Amino acid sequence: MIEERFDAIVVGAGMSGNAAALTLAKRGLKVLQIERGEYAGSKNVQGAILYADMLEKLVPNFREDAPLERHLVEQRFWIMDNKSHTGLHYRSEDFNEERPNRYTIIRSQFDRWFSSKVREAGAIVLCETTVTELVKDAYGKVIGVITDRQDGEVHADVVVLAEGVNGLLGTRADLRERPKPDNVALAVKEMHFLPRETIEARFNIKGDEGVVIEAAGTISAGMTGMGFVYANKESVSLGIGCLVSDFQKTGETPYDLLERFKNHPSVAPLLEGSEVKEYAAHLIPEGGYNAIPNLYGDGWVVVGDAAQLNNAMHREGSNLAMTSGRLAAEAIFQVKSRRDPMTKENLELYKKMLDDSFVIKDLKKYKDMPALLHTQSQNFFLTYPQLVSKALQNFVRVDGTPKKEKEKTTLKQWVAARSWTGLFGDAFRFARAWR
Amino acid sequence: MSTETGVRVEDKLYQNRYLVDAGQAHIKVKPHSKPSPALLSLIKACPAHCYEINSNGQVEVAPDGCMECGTCRVIAEGTGDIEWNYPRGGYGVLFKFG
Repeated sequence: MIEERFDAIVVGAGMSGNAAALTLAKRGLKVLQIERGEYAGSKNVQGAILYADMLEKLVPNFREDAPLERHLVEQRFWIMDNKSHTGLHYRSEDFNEERPNRYTIIRSQFDRWFSSKVREAGAIVLCETTVTELVKDAYGKVIGVITDRQDGEVHADVVVLAEGVNGLLGTRADLRERPKPDNVALAVKEMHFLPRETIEARFNIKGDEGVVIEAAGTISAGMTGMGFVYANKESVSLGIGCLVSDFQKTGETPYDLLERFKNHPSVAPLLEGSEVKEYAAHLIPEGGYNAIPNLYGDGWVVVGDAAQLNNAMHREGSNLAMTSGRLAAEAIFQVKSRRDPMTKENLELYKKMLDDSFVIKDLKKYKDMPALLHTQSQNFFLTYPQLVSKALQNFVRVDGTPKKEKEKTTLKQWVAARSWTGLFGDAFRFARAWR
Repeated sequence: MSTETGVRVEDKLYQNRYLVDAGQAHIKVKPHSKPSPALLSLIKACPAHCYEINSNGQVEVAPDGCMECGTCRVIAEGTGDIEWNYPRGGYGVLFKFG
């Protein structure tokens, strides 16, 4: 057993864990961070987009040495059927700013850098160590952790659970439930390497400019899911994710889905000639506000993906993770400064701070979206994308049909597919869930 | 194994780095005579195709290519079909990019 006692133990060195450990260490607390990978980042998977604002709050001058790929100047939303995509693209010169807002990153490299900041701030970072259990006292208060190292029990006033979406500790200690299959998506991803110039030519960018493509439609085979294509400096990150419950129901395999997405006529030319260097899989919390577990208790708080803090509608997760980690650390620091014990009552401050932040406000805004999209996936991810494609093709194809007739045909197709009640109902339900 | 799109999962996993903890499978299928629907669904849902049915009709797991995503845990730990642990510290998949 490590004889030393710590003010705080942080389990995990992903976005939320690093944010928490960094903040705690900067505030002068004695911090032990435990990570099971060979280094911080070696077990972490994300698309990945980095949101500058939330990182600036932790490392204000991160642009000086963080391993960033490209800053985003263009966002493409694609609705896809098997042969087409209908796009909404937003590109602005405003994004070529001094302090860009969003970047593509490669997580294993980024997290390693982030972890170096945590060490510099004075935290002890222990890698290649898996935490196997939480230690509780006779009253049920969490007082430390047991690791797989010899004599691996360590004690602290508070444990920050930043153990990720598939964290075992919280579930085993009855602090929260295991994620349900309809509250998590399985995403599979590949890293495609191409020469820099090729990427810039194919994505219509120059220098360090970057592009994001988010795609939905028949690519998810009727399941609730999305695909993505992110331009890095010398690689393209590409992946697709769908609800685990939908994979179970349909019997689709993740790799076939990924392969079909890659072979789609709108995607394949972007990847042609690439060398694939990695295949990764990861779960994404999709349950939204209603799936958020208890966030704090006697001697513990939970942050990031482990707390289901992910905004599926906006594809934001790492920023919610960083913010929750930082706020948990700030709350712990305040409790500690008052020389109060790390009780449930005192740690409620973390929840209050999180409630006041964009994290909970945004998740609350979309609280009804999962129920809508997860139960009507056939309509939203198959029927409508096909209707949109037909409508647009009808609109742009010039074949001597009078325009009025064309419009009638399109309207008929929509009503035949979903009926008037269905169309208005879907629009109403969608608007209400969006509000 | 070749699938509908002809993709071979083994080829995909071959690009990855692993440090296998020999003889220490971190996922175990509990003994059964007839697999439950949850257990059967893992054959297709696992992105590394770690699950396969053997000649006796039982589902087996070979987690050497596991990417530790937790999909099988979410589906089949609660039903009591599998035991799920993370590999020992330092072992398992080592993402180069992530």
